[in-house]
Amino acid sequence: MSVEVEIAKLTAKDYASDQDVRWCPGCGDYSILAQTKKVMAKIGIPKEKYVVVSGIGCSSRFPYYMDTYGIHSIHGRALAIATGVKLARPDLQVWVATGDGDALSIGGNHFLHAIRRNIDINILLFNNRIYGLTKGQYSPTSEMGKRTRSSPNGSIDFPLRPLSVAIGAEASFVARTHDVNVAHLGEMIERATQHKGTSFVEIYQNCNIFNNGAFDYATGKTTRDDTTIALEHGRPLIFGKERKKGIRLNGLSPEIVDVGNGIKDDDLLFHDERSTEPTLAYMLSRMYHPEFPEPIGVFRAIDRPSYDEMLEDQVEAAVAAQGEGTLEGLLTGGDTWVVE
Amino acid sequence: MAGPTAAQPAGTVERLDGVVVRFAGDSGDGMQLAGTQLTNTSAIFGNDIATLPDYPAEIRAPAGSLAGVSGFQINLSEARIHTPGDGCDALIAMNPAALKANLEDLNVGGVVVVNSDAFTKGNLAKAGYDENPLEGDSLDRYRVIKVPIDTLTTEAAKDTGLGTKAILRTRNFFALGFVYWMYGRSVDTTLAWIESKFKKVPAVVDANAKALKAGYFFGDTTEAVAVRYEIRKADIAAGTYRKVTGNEAVAIGMAAAAQRANKSLFYASYPITPASDILHTLCRYQSYRVKTFQAEDEIAAMAAAIGASFAGSLGSTGTSGPGLCLKSEAIGLAVMTELPLVIVNVQRGGPSTGLPTKTEQSDLLQAAFGRHGESPVPVLAAATPSDCFAMTLEAYRIAIRYMTPVLLLTDGYLGNGAEPWRIPEVDSLPDLRVEHPKANGSAFQPYARDGKLARPWAIPGTKGLQHRVGGLEKANITGNVSHDPQNHEDMIRLRATKIAGIANDIPLQDVEGPADAELLVLTWGSTYGAVITAVQHAQAKGLSVASAHLRYLFPFPRNLQDVLRSHKKILIPEMNGGQLRFMVQGQYRVDTVGYSKTQGKPFRIAEIEQKIDEVLKG
Repeated sequence: MSVEVEIAKLTAKDYASDQDVRWCPGCGDYSILAQTKKVMAKIGIPKEKYVVVSGIGCSSRFPYYMDTYGIHSIHGRALAIATGVKLARPDLQVWVATGDGDALSIGGNHFLHAIRRNIDINILLFNNRIYGLTKGQYSPTSEMGKRTRSSPNGSIDFPLRPLSVAIGAEASFVARTHDVNVAHLGEMIERATQHKGTSFVEIYQNCNIFNNGAFDYATGKTTRDDTTIALEHGRPLIFGKERKKGIRLNGLSPEIVDVGNGIKDDDLLFHDERSTEPTLAYMLSRMYHPEFPEPIGVFRAIDRPSYDEMLEDQVEAAVAAQGEGTLEGLLTGGDTWVVE
Repeated sequence: MAGPTAAQPAGTVERLDGVVVRFAGDSGDGMQLAGTQLTNTSAIFGNDIATLPDYPAEIRAPAGSLAGVSGFQINLSEARIHTPGDGCDALIAMNPAALKANLEDLNVGGVVVVNSDAFTKGNLAKAGYDENPLEGDSLDRYRVIKVPIDTLTTEAAKDTGLGTKAILRTRNFFALGFVYWMYGRSVDTTLAWIESKFKKVPAVVDANAKALKAGYFFGDTTEAVAVRYEIRKADIAAGTYRKVTGNEAVAIGMAAAAQRANKSLFYASYPITPASDILHTLCRYQSYRVKTFQAEDEIAAMAAAIGASFAGSLGSTGTSGPGLCLKSEAIGLAVMTELPLVIVNVQRGGPSTGLPTKTEQSDLLQAAFGRHGESPVPVLAAATPSDCFAMTLEAYRIAIRYMTPVLLLTDGYLGNGAEPWRIPEVDSLPDLRVEHPKANGSAFQPYARDGKLARPWAIPGTKGLQHRVGGLEKANITGNVSHDPQNHEDMIRLRATKIAGIANDIPLQDVEGPADAELLVLTWGSTYGAVITAVQHAQAKGLSVASAHLRYLFPFPRNLQDVLRSHKKILIPEMNGGQLRFMVQGQYRVDTVGYSKTQGKPFRIAEIEQKIDEVLKG
């Protein structure tokens, strides 16, 4: 993303609108909002250059709380609207705040196509594995067997894995973080802004009303070292409180091994976020608790041309080849004849 | 490569005011192409023209079957015309199925040119003929010209190096060449087209050109045809013309609107028959800084248009009925966010997939009322293919001035039909430049309104005007989210009043014919041509008839009630079950007579004339 720095230094506060934030007290959304404002202030692009687009759901109130341009649209369509904004005005910084229902259920089609086109936008997916705004139905990321208001006998819907879907749609930037570790959250959002093309960040976000504790295993101080694994580019996959456990490839499948006892770091899987081949990123996206530690960090960050840039190039090429089109030329194009 | 010219014919020449020619064959036979070429040649010659393609939904139905017959009708005339004609005077039938499917539309005494090679046992069976119609007396009412088109084409192009199959694909040009001879038209325009179209494949240029000329020379040399026809130039207004279909006219209108607004056009669309040609035309306009976006679905196309308009472009989308259904929710968002954009609906037969390649006017009520909530959207409708240009500009004028989505209705008949279009002077087009607000020190109020009740169009990138729009109800003036009961009612009224006020900004409804005629024929959309012609015929017979054609359907012109009350009887012909009638009767409490036709085909002039007689007698 092109970064033009404003001379007057802005702070996170400057990016806050005058509206009262109306999420439930204790909601994970607060920390995402705070980190986003912080990152925007840090990279210093003027507020008026941002358009924040959302659909429907708790997370989709996001634009109201930012002192930027914004559209709080309709359910599932944020990515399609954001696509129109970015194609019309490639100079703008376009962000999308969405949820697991908004992006993966009603908006699933737009999710696939925005990503495959690699439109230069940043998608923050607030994944709380529940429908919160409609008061507690299971979502496309809810686990099988989950009892909710719409699944009293347990959900029989197999969950989607958002990162796997994104990678399957040829995502050029894919990351995961969570709302509790604010430093990591901020770091991921910042990485997303630096990436050219669609940046997709899945954020584990706690809904303390309808799905409280859904991610305790991954965020709890006593458990997180064993249940998550931080991805670092070019480094071996090591985790655990003692950093004694690692991920090794066994054939085409990952396995957990104890480091030491003849197994060295070099025997482990090394992370490569820049691999053009998506297999490693996809495999990591399939590692889920409790069988595996769940990876957090950047899964994939590759260079791929974006649709908006290519469209702009085509327009400029057409203008260069045919000259700047005029109204006169438009009207008299094609075969004409004169009646005296 | 100079072709034969339209020199004075040696044999008998009969002068005609006009002629209606229909090409019919398999959907792969190139009938649309042959028809288009005759249209172009005649337009350039100086005839008035109107065309109607009629093609099946199947791209390639089984060869020789009735389901696969594709037709293209051209009315070329010395007099001013408004329709492609009721029946045809000449039918070119490339096989038995084409003959069978079209014969009922051939006027008695008309010419039928048949490809006699195609009348094989197998083809006759596929068309459902028990015996060969070329052998019995069933065609006695017509002038039948049997031409072994396959044989002659194969012979003409045998030295081009193409295989038999490829050579046979040029038989449409043989048929076209023969038609050019019959009507005294030069082959030059088509020869030039062939050369430019196939320039990368010289053998194909050669074969098509040879077939075309062979068809022409066949007419010249054979004694089978005694008469040629002459149709002189039409007396039409001076100016520079080009031929446009309705879909092309919409595309040109959109690009022109962007030029007049000094903005870039953004057109998002999902392919759908019969609207796709708008996308096909606009995507070739990149040098006019037109951006097209083939979206993943209808909803995305509508949503992207909203995004583009918010960002300051002229957002637009086009579709046909089923697609309009899918866009409805997002149109509601455009109503709530009060953003200027244009939605074109090229109507087709419905409901559901319906008759995708056939015309209908059955989305009027959907356009006017087909959204949840109180969701007023201006609705306009074009009358003719070239009128699509003017109405597209008008749609943008209203969208920009009133900060609202606007729906423009055309239909398959207008979208695919073509006529000559007198190219307007650039300065005669509306000035659509917009003054976007800039920060002035006080807090920006995105839902403050001007005298027309339009809100300001502040675009991203403008310092100090950051604001949020969205689908939740907005507080009046500030645009903040509001659940206040009174505010909601106020906002509903404001939006409705704004749209109703457009009636003060559009032309008064005019009437063709006596203002106090006993009968008024009230129409909208593509029925214009057939009705105006029928009404002129009726007036010539001395009947007390006038017609009024609506281009503005929501809101109606402010004098419409007076117009309606000035006539004893009102007839409303529509290609639907009576939708305009429903709106007019509901709004003005007048009695009207409806006349519905929903056969996927436009009204014939004769049908309207007959109905006029009937209503006046009744």
